[in-house]
Amino acid sequence: MLDFLASVGRVFIGFLSASGRLAIFTLTALSHCFRPPFYFRLIGRQMIDIGYYSLPVVGLTAIFTGMVLALQTNTGFSRFGAASATATVVVLSVTRELGPVIAALMVAGRIGAAIAAEIGTMRVTDQIDALSTLSTNPYKYLIVPRIIAGLVTLPILVLVADIIGVFGGYIVSTYKLGFNPATYLHNTANNLTSIDVFSGLIKAGAFGFLIALMGCYHGFHSKGGAQGVGAATTYAVVSASVMILLFDYLLTSVLF
Amino acid sequence: MSDAPKISVRGLKKSFGRKVVLDGIDLDVGVGESVVVIGGSGTGKSVLVKSILGLIDADQGSIKIDGEEVTTLSRGHREALLGKFGMLFQGAALFDSLDVWENVAFGLIQGRGMERNKARDIAMAKLGAVGLGPEVGELRPSELSGGMQKRVALARAIAAEPEIIIFDEPTTGLDPIMGDVINDLIVKCVRDLGATAISITHDMASARKIAHRIAMIYKGRIIWDGAPAVIEHSGNAFIDQFIHGRADGPIQMEIRAL
Repeated sequence: MLDFLASVGRVFIGFLSASGRLAIFTLTALSHCFRPPFYFRLIGRQMIDIGYYSLPVVGLTAIFTGMVLALQTNTGFSRFGAASATATVVVLSVTRELGPVIAALMVAGRIGAAIAAEIGTMRVTDQIDALSTLSTNPYKYLIVPRIIAGLVTLPILVLVADIIGVFGGYIVSTYKLGFNPATYLHNTANNLTSIDVFSGLIKAGAFGFLIALMGCYHGFHSKGGAQGVGAATTYAVVSASVMILLFDYLLTSVLF
Repeated sequence: MSDAPKISVRGLKKSFGRKVVLDGIDLDVGVGESVVVIGGSGTGKSVLVKSILGLIDADQGSIKIDGEEVTTLSRGHREALLGKFGMLFQGAALFDSLDVWENVAFGLIQGRGMERNKARDIAMAKLGAVGLGPEVGELRPSELSGGMQKRVALARAIAAEPEIIIFDEPTTGLDPIMGDVINDLIVKCVRDLGATAISITHDMASARKIAHRIAMIYKGRIIWDGAPAVIEHSGNAFIDQFIHGRADGPIQMEIRAL
């Protein structure tokens, strides 16, 4: 019994300790976001990496999500004689929920892993210590540009995903399900309010921050060579994905 | 060399969990002096220099640079103090995503805000000082051999003309000839800059060549300290075993049976 309690205690202390380390890392990173020097070139490069190079995978995911959503909604709502609500359901689902979450999960897999691997490799090869010895703060040079780029770029990416997702629903609804194009577009536009779009974009900003933060945190604290970098990459993707879903619920409950 | 030490370490202690790595290190390094710290793997050499640099926070003890206590400095002041240092890392630690010349000029551009063209000229001159042509400056670190990477790392360490240079295992992984080339470059660069140097190594040929003074670390303490000329006749059994590379002696390696 005592062994069991000791094990539970160790796990709990470990959890608290990890949470504390993450909180300190986050606060340190945030404090450096507002203090010069600012590396605008690096922020730009990270925005291209996170945003531009993620466009194909996010676009493909969004269009298929919109297409499937139209099919499923039509099937379900037809049973209640409400198939005409398909356009509304598609646009609200995509902008409020699926666009931000699907795009964020794809970016978490692509960018979260890349950030953790790059910074983790820099850690285990002493490159981060080398930055310090060259009078360059690693938080400012490595962490801040990625966090700002994640925060700014993901909403833009989600906006594009929203448009592509709705377009996917439109294609399936009009060409496969026989909806009238003009009526579909009319229903889409009429039932969409700005809060639907903005709430999704606010979520996207939070998700972008979390993806970059998790990638940076796990990379920055990786140790033990190639195995440590591999583990950091896995932790970054898993923790970012879980936090995206957790914060999705929290933000949805606050925003609606 | 003046009498006041450039670097003074007193009673430095550092543990990781239950493992005591530094157990009361005392070490003085004079201005313009080149001190080599020798010792087996895992004896705390790297922890010592990282503590001096402020990359690791010591548990106890004092580190003074130019008479100023640095263990109690704020993070901002520590960063400013790092401007006095140059460091050559064991694995070179060159930035993969930058060209060689950008690596060398990194501290000048990012750390000191120097204009890129001017920093590039200095970087090329420093590459020349370590025997590398300007064409090497345009390559990526991954395109260089291990010896060339060490030379680039040396050029980076001296680019900002630091007052103190730290060399972490400068010849590890190099063939003996390239190792000697690096040793010669270290001696020349330190002499030309008039810098104070701390090197850590277990390569005795390197230690004899670059040291004014050799200190041996064992179980977290400095157990011997003296000139290279007298190390062969130190009368210290630990030193004798280490410099002759004998398995038998007072130093027992922790080897577990498979």
